[in-house]
Amino acid sequence: MDYTFQFGPLLNYLPQIVSGLWLTVGLSFVGIFGGIALGIFCAVMSTSSSPFPRFLVRLYVEVVRNTPLLVQIFVIFFGLPNIGVRLTPLTSVFIALVLNNGGYVAEIVRGGIEATHRSQVEAGESLGLTYFQTLRFVILPPALEKVFTPVVSQCVLLMLSTSLVSVIGVEDLTGAAMIASSETFRTMEIYLVVAVVYVALNFAFRAVLNLAGLMVFTRLRRRLLGRA
Amino acid sequence: MSVVVAKNIRKSFGALEVLKGVSLTVEGGEVVALIGRSGSGKSTFLRCLNGLESVDSGEIEVAGHGMSRKPAELRQLRRDVGIVFQSYNLFPHLTAGENIMLAPVQVKCMGKDAARAEAKRCLALVGLGDRFEAYPDMLSGGQQQRVAIARSLAMQPKVMLFDEVTSALDPELTGEVLAVIENLARDGMTMLLVTHEMGFARRVANRTIFMKDGVIHEEGPSAEFFSAPKTPELQAFLRSEVG
Repeated sequence: MDYTFQFGPLLNYLPQIVSGLWLTVGLSFVGIFGGIALGIFCAVMSTSSSPFPRFLVRLYVEVVRNTPLLVQIFVIFFGLPNIGVRLTPLTSVFIALVLNNGGYVAEIVRGGIEATHRSQVEAGESLGLTYFQTLRFVILPPALEKVFTPVVSQCVLLMLSTSLVSVIGVEDLTGAAMIASSETFRTMEIYLVVAVVYVALNFAFRAVLNLAGLMVFTRLRRRLLGRA
Repeated sequence: MSVVVAKNIRKSFGALEVLKGVSLTVEGGEVVALIGRSGSGKSTFLRCLNGLESVDSGEIEVAGHGMSRKPAELRQLRRDVGIVFQSYNLFPHLTAGENIMLAPVQVKCMGKDAARAEAKRCLALVGLGDRFEAYPDMLSGGQQQRVAIARSLAMQPKVMLFDEVTSALDPELTGEVLAVIENLARDGMTMLLVTHEMGFARRVANRTIFMKDGVIHEEGPSAEFFSAPKTPELQAFLRSEVG
C-alpha cells in the first residue's frame, strides 16, 4: 500500500464544506423537529375513536416506513413534476425528511400513548377536563417521556440520512464532499474528514436533544440530577 | 335536597347484565356505603353516576345535572362530582400540588396563585400540607390516595364517590385514608362509598346498601343493617366478611 494521504488540497474546499455542513444542520433541524411535531399529531390521530383518521395515519406510516428514503425523495422531486407539482431540490428534500421522520416518530409515540393506562384518562375526565386538555396535560407528557430515548435515536438516524439529499444535487455536507472529491480525486481524505464531521454532528445533536429532554421532562431531570 | 337520584338503572357488558334495575336516592350530607361481593355491580353503579360508564336505561341526576352523553354537559356534571379510585390514578409526571392544581386551573380557569393556595389548603386537609412538591412515586400508597382525595376536593364537589379506595392498601395505611374520609363525613360532605371495610361502613355511613346480582338486595340505616340483617344472603355475606 503506497498511498500517500494528502489533506492539503481539501483546504481550498473549506468554504463549500462549511456551507454544506450548515445545510446539513439545517436539514436535520427541520427534519427532526418538523418530524416530531408531525409524528405527535399523527400518533394522536391514530388513537382517535373514528376509523377514518386512524386509517389515513396507518396508510401514511406504512408507506413511509416501508419505502427507502431515497425513493421518497425521488418521488417528490422527480415524480411530482409529472402531475404538475414542481419543487426545488431543497424544498423537495425538506418535505421528504419531515414526512419520513414523522412516520417513524408517529409509530414510536403511538406506543407511548398506548402504554399510558386507561385509568389516567378516566381520572382526567372525571375532573372535568376536556378531551384536548386530557391529551395535553395527562396523556402526552408521560407518553413522550416514556419514548424519549427511542425518539432521540430515530432523530439522530435521520440526521445521518440527510446525506441522501446529495443525490439530487443538494450541496449538503456529503454533496460538497462529492464535488470536492471529483475535482481533487482525494476521495479517501475527503470522505474520512466528512465521516469525522458526521460523528461530531451526531454527538452534538444527541447532546442538544438530551438537553431539551432534561428541560421538558421533570422526572427525567430528577432521575439524572436527583432534583426536579 | 337529593344530591343523587338514580332510577331503575340497567347496564350490560355484552351479554352480561351487571345492573338489573338499581334505584337509589342520596340526600345532601348523607353518607351511603355500598357493600357486596365482587361482581355484584357496586363499582359499576358508582361509575355510572359520573358517566364513566354509560347506562342502558334508567335515569340519573347528580348534583342537579341530568346524565348526558354530550361531552359539554357531562363535564358540567363532573365538575360537581368527585371520584376517588382504588388505584389512586394520580398523574405520575406532576407533583402532588400540580396534580391538585390542574383541574381548578384548566376547568375552572382559576388563577395559578389561587389554585396553589387552594391546593395547599386541600393537602393540609388530608394531612399532607408538607408534601406539595413530592411526586407520586415518592409517596406511600396511603399518601397517594390522600392526594387523590385532595385533588377531588379542590374542585369543591357537591358529592364524592369512593370506589374501594383502601383495597390496595395495608391495614395501617388504610387507617390514615379512612380517617380523612371520616373527617369529610363529619364536615357534612355527601358521599357514596363502595367498600369492604365493614367496621368503617357501620361507624361512618348513615345508610348501608347490600348489592347482590345487580340489584339492591337489602338496605337500611347502618346500625340496624349490621346488627340485625334481615335477609339470609346479607347474614351470610356479613359472616364471611367478618371472618
